[in-house]
Amino acid sequence: MTQAVATYEQYEADFRKLQEARSAEPDWLTELRSAAFARFQELGFPVARKGNEPWKYTDVRPLAAETFPYETAAAASVDAAQLFPFDDGMARVAFVNGRFSQELSTPSPDGLTVMPLTQALEEHGEDVRRHLAQHATYADEAFTALNTAFLADGAFVLAEGAVEMPLHIVYVTTERVATHPRTLIVARPTSELSVVESYVSATGGAHFTNAVTEVVLKDGAQVTHRQLLLENHETYHMANTRVHQSRDSAYRSLVYEAGGGLVRNELMVLLDAEGAEADLKGLYVSAGKQHVDNNINIDHAKPHGYSRLYYKGILDEQSRAVFGGTVMVRPGADKTDAHQEDKNLILSHEAEVDSKPALEIYADDVKAGHGATAGAIADEALFYMQSRGIDPERAMLFLVRGFVSEILDSVTIEPLREWLEESTTQALPRFRDKR
Amino acid sequence: MAVPLLEVRGLHVAVAETEILKGVDLAVSEGEVHAIMGPNGSGKSTLASVIAGKPGYTVTGGEVLYSGESILKMLPDERARAGIFLALQYPVELPGIRNREFLRTALDALRESRGEDKVGIRDFNKLLEAKAEELGLEPEMMKRNVNEGFSGGEKKRNEILQLAVLDPKLALLDETDSGLDIDALRVVAEGVNRFRGPGKAIVLVTHYQRILNYITPDFVHVLIDGRIVRSGGRELALELEKRGYDWLREGAQTGAAPSA
Ligand SMILES: Nc1ncnc2c1ncn2[C@@H]1O[C@H](COP(=O)(O)OP(=O)(O)OP(=O)(O)O)[C@@H](O)[C@H]1O
Ligand SMILES: [Mg+2]
Repeated sequence: MTQAVATYEQYEADFRKLQEARSAEPDWLTELRSAAFARFQELGFPVARKGNEPWKYTDVRPLAAETFPYETAAAASVDAAQLFPFDDGMARVAFVNGRFSQELSTPSPDGLTVMPLTQALEEHGEDVRRHLAQHATYADEAFTALNTAFLADGAFVLAEGAVEMPLHIVYVTTERVATHPRTLIVARPTSELSVVESYVSATGGAHFTNAVTEVVLKDGAQVTHRQLLLENHETYHMANTRVHQSRDSAYRSLVYEAGGGLVRNELMVLLDAEGAEADLKGLYVSAGKQHVDNNINIDHAKPHGYSRLYYKGILDEQSRAVFGGTVMVRPGADKTDAHQEDKNLILSHEAEVDSKPALEIYADDVKAGHGATAGAIADEALFYMQSRGIDPERAMLFLVRGFVSEILDSVTIEPLREWLEESTTQALPRFRDKR
Repeated sequence: MAVPLLEVRGLHVAVAETEILKGVDLAVSEGEVHAIMGPNGSGKSTLASVIAGKPGYTVTGGEVLYSGESILKMLPDERARAGIFLALQYPVELPGIRNREFLRTALDALRESRGEDKVGIRDFNKLLEAKAEELGLEPEMMKRNVNEGFSGGEKKRNEILQLAVLDPKLALLDETDSGLDIDALRVVAEGVNRFRGPGKAIVLVTHYQRILNYITPDFVHVLIDGRIVRSGGRELALELEKRGYDWLREGAQTGAAPSA
């Protein structure tokens, strides 16, 4: 307990420092910050092991017992080509240890406004104020409260029209710090945008990433959003993404998790107008002692919504995965068509998965289904490949690639897809450096 | 006399605790085609699977020799690289693995084990296209996942396509004729006949003498309850078709006195 007290004292001291450093910012933001921090202090980390259903399988006590300083110094320099080689041909906005890096960022492409949140407060104050913290609410969510209290540089993205060039938002951590990356993406009516949002560690060693992302899709907007969690295995990564969809908008998401030690990813998509469409895919690949928890929620609030949720996981060694979340079809959200599925491939006897997708339907004329599976590689398949002369290691690799292709084939950016395929096999020590 | 390519000697095989093969002897030399017939559950697939090295079977006695050497300790992929091929009674679906890529990897594995270079992509595609056409398989199917969503007949033809591309020495064909309509049967039989040759041997498991109209066997064996109870030539298959298996079952031999 004393350790946890030290943790809270550290956050408090860092918060006071931050408040002083940011005394020039608008009043509404100062107030938001203070309220959020107060709420975080009330809630504390969700460490309770009893009666704490959303965190039943994920124990954040180790995180609550450690202190990570909040870095306020200028961004350190890192080698971009080495850290994220897949973003050739993309625009980039980069943050190092939570601070905007001019050096690693490129100019905004046509149709897109990309800048640090701090700058957006001055240049797009209305848009920021209208959306920031409106979707990722912190009343019941300690990590979102903490992020909101500490939000600083972050990324502000405003799309108009069809943006050709994909945007890469990258958050790099180089040392033992707590960062609270905040991303706000606003897609204006009928705009089209493709965003990759990635989290990487430049070195080994623990750090704490507490990310919150808000995505707002106005009428008819189409956003393809790929979130890549690639940090080292000692890292704590808490992610909260909130998506708000207006009429006839389409949100396509890929969450790719190959990194992180203790990962909790919460994604909540609200289909808040008729004809909205959400396609959420995910792939988690874990080994060693990694723990990856995905809590994915789709909220159908209006009629004629369409959603597909398809997550797949590969677990090796002693790793552990959790899949939870609910597809909610609210009263009046008639003629909704929703399906969710989670499939797991378990390569080791010591790996474990708890998969509990749920459906709650309160509307009429709804098409909905869900499923969850977990299993080892089928002996039949392995024998079949061997009987054609392929050795067992290569056969396994083939079967694993086959398993992930259903998810990764949706990645239309070719260099990224190839990189993700490679990264998937590299994330599994048994296949490392084999092809 | 030369060593048979395949020699099964007094083979006993159990699954879990149950004995399924109860002393099987079989010798297959290069250039020969052997048909194995027998009622459901008599052990035909078990015999073919054990020769190919499928896990799940326990050899409790006897030997399987390939070119005179025991192969029972070899892994299935080692046996395949040595030239043994099993066309499965129920071909397996491989989600997310494309037919073309699967076959090329398999062919490369064989070539690599013979110390040859990998096959060039263009050469391979040409080879595959030609073989697929011979078997009436659309080029589209090479891009599809292995056996996924294939019809029963397409799966069987796909097995013969693999045989044609991988070109083994010993082909074990487990009911490759089952579920084929008459045209598909002819196409598959033609594929097998193209493979047939002086250096090759075929063991063909079947329920129907129909396919033997196209692929003339040198020998026909009847497997009942884990034992080969009768061997003969082509005419044995015709007799089986007329008379069924009952006359060959234990204690049913014509004129045999009921045992005490
Ligand atoms: N994996 C297994 N587990 C349990 N029993 C098995 C297994 N494999 C085979 N058997 C049993 O062994 C016996 C022989 O099976 P096998 O498949 O070899 O017969 P078959 O002659 O090929 O039959 P069919 O003509 O129906 O294909 C059957 O009684 C079958 O149930
Ligand atoms: Mg059989």
